[in-house]
Amino acid sequence: MSTEEKKNAEGFGTTGHVWDEDLEEWNNPLPRWWVWTFYATIAWGLIYTIAYPAWPLVERATGGFLGYSSRAEVAEQIGAVAERNAGITERLANVELAALADDSELQTFAVNAGAAVFRTHCSQCHGAGAAGVAASGYPNLLDNAWLWGGSIDEIAYTVRHGIRNEQSLDSHWSEMTAFDEILSDEEIAQVVNYVLAISGQEHDAPLAEPGETVYLDNCAACHGDAGEGIRDFGAPALNDAIWLYGGSAETIEETVRYSRFGVMPAWAEEFRGAAGLSDAEINAVAAYVHQLGGGE
Amino acid sequence: MWDYIKLALLAVIVIFAAIAANYARDLAYQVHAILILAVAGGMFLWQLRRIDEPKPVIDQSSYMDGVIRYGVVATAFWGVVGFLVGVVIAFQLAFPVLNLEWAQPYANFGRLRPLHTSAVIFAFGGNALIACSFYIVQRTSAARLWGGNLAWFVFWGYNLFIVLAATGYLLGATQSKEYAEPEWYVDLWLTIVWVAYLAVFLGTIIKRKEPHIYVANWFLLSFIVTVAMLHVVNNLSIPVSIWGSRSVQVFAGVQDAMTQWWYGHNAVGFFLTAGFLGMMYYFVPKQAGKPVYSYKLSIIHFWALIFLYIWAGPHHLHYTALPDWASTLGMVFSVILWMPSWGGMINGLMTLSGAWDKLRTDPIIRMMVISIGFYGMSTFEGPMMSIKAVNSLSHYTDWTIGHVHSGALGWNGMITFGCLYFLVPRLWNRASLYSLPAVNWHFWLATIGIVLYAASMWVTGIMEGLMWREVDANGFLVNSFADTVQAKFPMYVVRGLGGVLYLTGAIIMCWNLWMTVRAAPERAVSNAIPAE
Repeated sequence: MSTEEKKNAEGFGTTGHVWDEDLEEWNNPLPRWWVWTFYATIAWGLIYTIAYPAWPLVERATGGFLGYSSRAEVAEQIGAVAERNAGITERLANVELAALADDSELQTFAVNAGAAVFRTHCSQCHGAGAAGVAASGYPNLLDNAWLWGGSIDEIAYTVRHGIRNEQSLDSHWSEMTAFDEILSDEEIAQVVNYVLAISGQEHDAPLAEPGETVYLDNCAACHGDAGEGIRDFGAPALNDAIWLYGGSAETIEETVRYSRFGVMPAWAEEFRGAAGLSDAEINAVAAYVHQLGGGE
Repeated sequence: MWDYIKLALLAVIVIFAAIAANYARDLAYQVHAILILAVAGGMFLWQLRRIDEPKPVIDQSSYMDGVIRYGVVATAFWGVVGFLVGVVIAFQLAFPVLNLEWAQPYANFGRLRPLHTSAVIFAFGGNALIACSFYIVQRTSAARLWGGNLAWFVFWGYNLFIVLAATGYLLGATQSKEYAEPEWYVDLWLTIVWVAYLAVFLGTIIKRKEPHIYVANWFLLSFIVTVAMLHVVNNLSIPVSIWGSRSVQVFAGVQDAMTQWWYGHNAVGFFLTAGFLGMMYYFVPKQAGKPVYSYKLSIIHFWALIFLYIWAGPHHLHYTALPDWASTLGMVFSVILWMPSWGGMINGLMTLSGAWDKLRTDPIIRMMVISIGFYGMSTFEGPMMSIKAVNSLSHYTDWTIGHVHSGALGWNGMITFGCLYFLVPRLWNRASLYSLPAVNWHFWLATIGIVLYAASMWVTGIMEGLMWREVDANGFLVNSFADTVQAKFPMYVVRGLGGVLYLTGAIIMCWNLWMTVRAAPERAVSNAIPAE
């Protein structure tokens, strides 16, 4: 147990303990820079905990002499932006949307604000670029095919009330019939081929021919005599190449048999509380979507 | 007599497992009941066949190394499994189509991710810790492991826990607490195993023949005791049914979150830091052939580390429902933790003073040194990221993932590889490793892999944080979440490639260790030194 014989370059010996034949420990002192940095972090920590909310007491924690609160900080930052934009936001909330394009300053502001609203609330379904999700029931907002209307006012209405939801009594509403048990298998095959024919796709002509009668009896009331679609019912055009759920024979058959029921939430604050969109935000996102390319 | 008690116990387990399999309310529970039925049934038959047979005489004067050999094999095996799953999920993030349709829902990212984290932390890291701690505590106590076959129970019991956890994740059983996903009965089993582990370790220390307890054992004991406490408190839950895997947490809301991150952060602090520092304190001086740099430093940094770490958890919950005061304390304790963490780095690196030339000639020392380097880097990065201003940028981004991996791949992985290279020739009585050039290859593949991983995650994490907070002149958000996902794509591919390199290195290690056992020449003198 003698520490005499073994010394390192700095002149320190070992502790004298030896384990497992050769495990030893030098008696080196603590590195000075280590000690002082440790002290410095402790001193900083003490000061910081006096300055900021920190030590829990019986009733509540110490508040810190800076009076800091993370919630107040966020509210302050949001408040500052809201205050800066207060005037123009007020104008946006009350603007006659159809006349928005005449006010280029407000229009620019609305499109920028609307883009942010869209990225936060709409992109999950309609895609970050607003191109929808092909064949999944999330419509593309860049083209000129509109289920419920593509004027800026109609877009704002759709955003406010949504589609086929339970929140807004004024949401767009329609229900396609599921024809699985109404039409025979033969009739379904016929009408599917007729829809393929009017949308300019490859089809079985002898089947499509009687399909026209089936179509006119069962489908034309909503989708129009020529398959051009009727917006009052949110019934899509069937005579073009744009498909909400896909235009293959299999998908069309699935749609005919079992129908579809696409839902969009009602976004206005009156239906969603604080998580909803304000009038200004609804106008903004309508302006944004309207100018993407397909607006009417 | 003891044999008959064991038989009866196994029979009870078999019957209970059969009933459980019959009444099971979900698939994971049923599969687990059948698994336990098979294991207990097999043990019952095995026990029955050798009842009243003469017991083999075990030399009680030698170290108990058989269980450590099994631990080494398990460490290497689970390491490769964990790294492989990590590579798979890294590429799933880059190419979502790899969430293969036919393998749903079992092999989707959501189920493979906890499989990866548990496999590397608990299976790879845990087996390494158990094996190394058994090795270290015997040699530094000059005593055989306490408790007879209890050490075998710890090894097999722990690995059964891992199998139950891993299969549970794939079959959809999870309590949704990060790093504590296993459900209630798996948690109960781990508690039993862990108490046995504590008993073996503590029993060996108590019967030690050395007057002093070596520093590595302080760290290992603090790891075992604290993990027991963390595990029990964080997993307090009430099963919905004794015949099903679902349970309900006793804590709710922000209290549940705080308990979870008290656990989660100290799993890092005590499992991945204190435990692995215990390994470092034995294997680095041994491999370097030098005394530990400073006994004083090891005392001070040990107590400072274990005192401070336990308070640092709230930094995982900055800017959430957590009250500001808890957030402040979490941050302050994290920053003060910087120097105590670095105490371990200093002691590890400075132990090499006078032996730096070995870096050129000994790839095992090089592995240990780079692991200490990564330890120092991530224990600086951690306190920095806990600062609220930094955290407001880094939180929820891939920077966190990069931070975790520079610690896990760099520190935990590399020190474990070094320990395995140290242990295998000694445990299998070989003169040396089969191939030192292969160790060198492993070193460089792993190092480049980590650099690719960490660098790509820093870049993508900071980019992501900046994109999320970017606003235009009017204060409106510029990017959607999907924009950031798209922007990260190239970095995700780089990260996956880094993982491939790291995995390749580990496979080379397995081959090298296997060849060492199979083909390396025997050591001239047996190293099975009896306990003094």
